[in-house]
Amino acid sequence: MSTFWITTIGTSVIAFLLKFSGHSVPQRWLSHPKIQRINLLIPIALLSALVAVQSFTTKTTLVVDQRLVGLLVATIALLLKAPFPVVVLSAAVSSAAVYNWF
Amino acid sequence: MSKVTSATIRDSLSVSLTVGAYGAAFGAAAVANGFSIVQTCLLSLLTFSGASQFAVVGVLGAGGSAISAIATASLLGVRNTLYGVIMAPRLQVKGFKRIVAAQLTIDESTGVALGQEVRGPAAVRQGFWYTGIGVFVFWNLFTLAGALGAQAMGDIRAFGLDSAVPAAFLGLVWPRLVANFERGLAIGCAAFAIVMTPILPPGLPIIATAFIAIAVGLRR
Repeated sequence: MSTFWITTIGTSVIAFLLKFSGHSVPQRWLSHPKIQRINLLIPIALLSALVAVQSFTTKTTLVVDQRLVGLLVATIALLLKAPFPVVVLSAAVSSAAVYNWF
Repeated sequence: MSKVTSATIRDSLSVSLTVGAYGAAFGAAAVANGFSIVQTCLLSLLTFSGASQFAVVGVLGAGGSAISAIATASLLGVRNTLYGVIMAPRLQVKGFKRIVAAQLTIDESTGVALGQEVRGPAAVRQGFWYTGIGVFVFWNLFTLAGALGAQAMGDIRAFGLDSAVPAAFLGLVWPRLVANFERGLAIGCAAFAIVMTPILPPGLPIIATAFIAIAVGLRR
């Protein structure tokens, strides 16, 4: 079996097991008030980290490029209470403009 | 259709389309790095986790071994375990439906679902399923398109797709930043993830912020 097949199948099997194990943790572990509170904070942490990593890094390198403009435009759109698709589209259009013209 | 449901569908579709379009870039990258079209499509169908898939292509493309490719991809996939822990009590599904839910548990489905919490628990579940299925359909269609048109595929940056996804995540976290405490946590975690990216292996800077949230939640 080739390296590519081993990687394709191995990655897929482990990816599913990782996902499924998260869904299989006993519910009673999650009913404690502290767990509930942490459960509210975790998405804030992860989503913020995802915004940062997807905006300012490429692989393991810190990069400032057209995505900074996209992020700033998205922030302005959110401050102006723009609906979600407008936020995403305005970021994409401004970022593409900077990338293509500068 | 209620106002709540249409708003949730709108969020789900926006994310599904923009993220799904990334599938074309993955399909093209995979084929360009030596994967067959069948292997490329199987990665999108079975692994179904963008970061892990790109990692696999990147490692093998750079001459890495199967073991290192699988390890890197799995490290990135640990995030989905945590998402599963977060989503399980909100979805309350058993049997075959739980298997499907597990497969659809990714950044986007979890992110959109949690972004619906202001609209109530039903909207959270709808957000998860609509986004999970939507991304799955578009991701796989675009993967095939990208794999087939690998040579003709342009640069996703020219279309601003590299900015659309972080903008979507920003839009999702925004309504949760209700007070200075939440804003401080968000800025702290964003800064931590950026600073740690050159130091920690790929994927860890993101998952590590979950432990910041846990530490903060235990102390508060």
